[in-house]
Amino acid sequence: MDTLLEVKGLRKYYPILGGVLRKKIGEVKAVDGVDLKVRKNECFGLVGESGCGKTTLAKVILRLLEITSGSIYFDIPKKVRKKMKEMDSRKFERVKKEYDLSTFKGRRLKDIRRRMQIVFQDPSSSLNPRMLIKDIVAEPIKVHKLMRGRALRDRVEELLSYVGLTRDHLFRYPHEFSGGQRQRVAIARALATNPDFVILDEPTSALDVSVQAQILNLLSNLQDNFNLTYLFITHHLLVVKHISERVGVMYLGKLVEVASTKELFKKSLHPYTRALFSSIPIPDPEIKKKRLILKGEVPSPANPPSGCRFHPRCPYAMKKCREEEPSLINVDDNHYVACHLFDKRG
Amino acid sequence: MRELLKVQNLKTNFYTYEGIVRALDGIDLDVKEGKTLGIVGETGCGKSVTALSILRLILPPGKIESGKVLFWYKGELSVDLLSKDEVFLRRVRGNEISMIFQEASSALNPVYSVGEQISESFLLHQKRELYKAIIEEIEKNMREDNFFLKNFVYRFHKRIYKKMLENSKSLRIRFISLLPLINRYKVWLKKEVSRRVVDILTKLGVPDPQRIMERYPHELSGGMQQRIVIAIALACNPRLLIADEPTSNLDVTIQAQILDLIRRLKENLGLSILFITHDLGVVAELCDYVAVMYAGNICELAEVRKIFKNPSHPYTKALMNSVPTLEEKKLESIRGNVPNLISPPEGCRFHPRCDYATEICARVKPDMVEVEDNHWVSCHNFLRG
Amino acid sequence: MKVSITNRKRSEFKEELLPRIKEIKFSFNRFKKSPLSLMGLTLIIFFLGIAIFAPQLAPPKYPHNPYRIPRDGYSAIPRPPSPEHPFGTTEGQYDIYYGVIWGTRTAFRVGLTVVGSILVIGIILGSISGYYGGVVDEVIMRIVDTFMSLPTLVLAMALVSALGRSLDNVMKALIIVGWPSYARLVRGDILSVREEDYVEAARAVGCSNLRIIFRHVLPNAIYPLLIMASLDIGAMVLTAAALSFLGLGAPVGYADWGQMTSFARNWIVGPPDNPLAYWYTITIPGLFILFFVLGWNLLGDAFRDILDPRLRRR
Ligand SMILES: Nc1ncnc2c1ncn2[C@@H]1O[C@H](COP(=O)(O)OP(=O)(O)O)[C@@H](O)[C@H]1O
Ligand SMILES: Nc1ncnc2c1ncn2[C@@H]1O[C@H](COP(=O)(O)OP(=O)(O)O)[C@@H](O)[C@H]1O
Ligand code: SF4
Ligand code: SF4
Ligand SMILES: [Mg+2]
Ligand SMILES: [Mg+2]
Repeated sequence: MDTLLEVKGLRKYYPILGGVLRKKIGEVKAVDGVDLKVRKNECFGLVGESGCGKTTLAKVILRLLEITSGSIYFDIPKKVRKKMKEMDSRKFERVKKEYDLSTFKGRRLKDIRRRMQIVFQDPSSSLNPRMLIKDIVAEPIKVHKLMRGRALRDRVEELLSYVGLTRDHLFRYPHEFSGGQRQRVAIARALATNPDFVILDEPTSALDVSVQAQILNLLSNLQDNFNLTYLFITHHLLVVKHISERVGVMYLGKLVEVASTKELFKKSLHPYTRALFSSIPIPDPEIKKKRLILKGEVPSPANPPSGCRFHPRCPYAMKKCREEEPSLINVDDNHYVACHLFDKRG
Repeated sequence: MRELLKVQNLKTNFYTYEGIVRALDGIDLDVKEGKTLGIVGETGCGKSVTALSILRLILPPGKIESGKVLFWYKGELSVDLLSKDEVFLRRVRGNEISMIFQEASSALNPVYSVGEQISESFLLHQKRELYKAIIEEIEKNMREDNFFLKNFVYRFHKRIYKKMLENSKSLRIRFISLLPLINRYKVWLKKEVSRRVVDILTKLGVPDPQRIMERYPHELSGGMQQRIVIAIALACNPRLLIADEPTSNLDVTIQAQILDLIRRLKENLGLSILFITHDLGVVAELCDYVAVMYAGNICELAEVRKIFKNPSHPYTKALMNSVPTLEEKKLESIRGNVPNLISPPEGCRFHPRCDYATEICARVKPDMVEVEDNHWVSCHNFLRG
Repeated sequence: MKVSITNRKRSEFKEELLPRIKEIKFSFNRFKKSPLSLMGLTLIIFFLGIAIFAPQLAPPKYPHNPYRIPRDGYSAIPRPPSPEHPFGTTEGQYDIYYGVIWGTRTAFRVGLTVVGSILVIGIILGSISGYYGGVVDEVIMRIVDTFMSLPTLVLAMALVSALGRSLDNVMKALIIVGWPSYARLVRGDILSVREEDYVEAARAVGCSNLRIIFRHVLPNAIYPLLIMASLDIGAMVLTAAALSFLGLGAPVGYADWGQMTSFARNWIVGPPDNPLAYWYTITIPGLFILFFVLGWNLLGDAFRDILDPRLRRR
């Protein structure tokens, strides 16, 4: 299948300012070298605990934050992709530059924004409290000057109907809605410009389970109807299982395991993924599972542990783990793991 | 099995600008001694209000309209917390029932170290136990070390503590406590308290408790703060612990640690717990009994296995079908929205969203019926059958 | 056909208006609940009435220059209230009644122009500073700091002395002294609003910076500012009066409350046997100033209750 988004060696460090002169005294390595491929029309799930850099990654991909280093390639046409194989390195570099989002500015950036959208976690803060629903949903269309007047109005109603709202909701303020309805409005806004790629940053974490089910079902339907590609961010493994085809597990700014959902739920390899699995409360009292309770807490990304970042909490940590950082390698038919236990080279 | 707490027909309203919020519409439940009762429900269904009403901590514009909260006290299930005066309640709140909240950081005082805060809880609620332990300790020291002068001091200190055991507010003691050198007897208390703080922190799996004691709340992570809150609650040696979503703000791996901790406390101390959560998974892992709440009502109450094996109330069924599980299944959502509690639906509050609703549901509020042993449902479908 | 389109337009227009009317009704209900805000509103409406009907309440003697207070002789000693001078006269026989009535207009003019200009300048500089940050922010904020480290009244006095004595110069001076605190407030609010998810969402959608500032940031940051502005109208009038009292304001004989109090400077305490003999010279303009400032303050507090979105809903 075709790749829509490719992220290479992406890093985002937040400066830590301190002292009287507010000089940089350190860095929070929120995203520290992430390689990621999202295929066309798939839903890629990104799982990790809070603070591991999921939101930062999303914002960097959308260019809402400045990139520290790395590249983001978005929708390189098939022809170019084919040709790239035969190109010499200089030409290759030039082509890559042309599709590297991290270098985009002005017009081109705005164009890209039409094709990539985001839905945030907290629907009560992602909608401007002083705008009517119809203005919120119409805004992307107005900004890109795609439609106006009657057509715009009809389009807004159409969008609302996609997400299960009606024209009665047009002239209301966000505070008049429940959390689930607000999230629907946010989804309608994200779909307004007919994007190809939507990042969903924990879209259901602030919602109740029954509402979560509504939103998850809605998102699946929309994906089928509009050929959307999703990057679905969540901290909830069971949610990922229901919505995505492939999953990446993140820990402290790095991907530690990437596999298809089936594979991951059948046989997770990385010790952190396994700990995550045993930590999720399963709504079935009959299942008596073996508990693998991690000791300690996630270290600060300002000062990550040496070697494998998971080693202070890892039950299988070896000497090598403290010294050498494992890289993400393909262990089995597109099942990638970053752990020395599975590194057959050494 | 003995019931420790019995809530009967509890009704609480909030008188707001928009109208009267009928937050609790006649709640009945009981917590059995040594068991954990989970309350599950979606946001706004009245879980927190239930907990606060039990302890009568509802602030205006809220008001408890009617009902009883019977608590096992001095040998019988007779005290109605709602009819007692504030002085009595204050004693109950600390000594008999402790509460922990979702926001650990706001439950802790930012200007005191966590050690001080836990000590405070000991000193407030367990004075007598402390004094007794100190007297024993002094006696032990007297036996081991019978040097004449020291013995004299020991005997003096022991007398003071005996006196305090009889009457902790004695004027004479207060006077003595102000005198330098002579009030050295306080060192015993300090030592004993800090020993107990370290003890409880160790029991709660806090690594390096000596050092953590010195820290201030903001220096600790969310999971650690929640542990401290639990330590403070347990320091009063309560018989009932009310926990209002204590793990909802925590990450799954940390949540697993805390749940494991609570499970062990339950087993080792025989603590009774009222555990509030919105997560059916947590209920399944931790609780013995479950009450499912919807819009200010309890719709189903049963032993945990029974409710998961045989969910009977239409809302419970729908809720279970909407949570993602390990199995491959399509998530089913409940149509419509949670009702506004200012003008809740007549009759069964679930009827506008219920697939099984009949004509009577819109008119009459269903009573609780026992469909099998220890399994209660409030739904007309079961009343008739 | 045409009718139906206009009908449709009208109904849409109505729909569009409805939620806003609902908001206003909600605010008004809040407003009605507090007697103090009603009192503030009454006071301001009362003064507004005086200002509007000044020509009827006190027909000008010089229609081309109605702000000139008519004199009744040149005697230095004030005269007490009498049928032709209901509030008495000041030294130099200026009519107090005429002065305070037309002075209301002056007060509104000073208050509204000064605060209006300050708002505009503050919003523009504060937005630039807060939204863009960096060097621009540094420069603007250092200027603000410099201004704010000097005492307001002294700075205003110095400025008026330098510019020359006139009401316009007083207003200019007050604008120059007043904008920094607004710029700082706007900057702070913008910094906090800028972090909100809906601003991030607007950027993700592709909104330009200008649009983000005007559609998303300012509407959510402006309320504290309006509250401060309504409180400041009173304060600015008070400062202007203080300058006039010190002889730095409007020219002699101009209808202005500060000017009126300055006429009373030598007559605040009367002769030893009757210290309150000339009470009307200071009390009447003083009361006008007092109630005007009080009215705006109460109104400002009411605005805070109504408009502050954090306090709005439980
Ligand atoms: N604006 C910021 N400045 C400094 N540090 C930040 C900022 N935003 C996030 N961080 C830090 O970066 C890390 C990753 O944050 P985030 O991407 O929000 O994680 P997640 O979305 O996975 O919870 C966290 O440790 C967080 O404290
Ligand atoms: N202080 C309050 N003022 C008005 N209504 C309140 C107040 N506290 C709670 N409520 C209402 O009571 C209902 C139950 O709230 P709560 O018990 O907090 O729900 P949850 O189950 O999420 O803990 C909600 O509908 C809420 O709107
Ligand atoms: S590399 Fe070592 S420390 Fe890291 S997860 Fe694997 S075994 Fe554990
Ligand atoms: S009482 Fe009626 S409406 Fe309520 S849950 Fe039972 S069947 Fe549904
Ligand atoms: Mg996040
Ligand atoms: Mg709650």
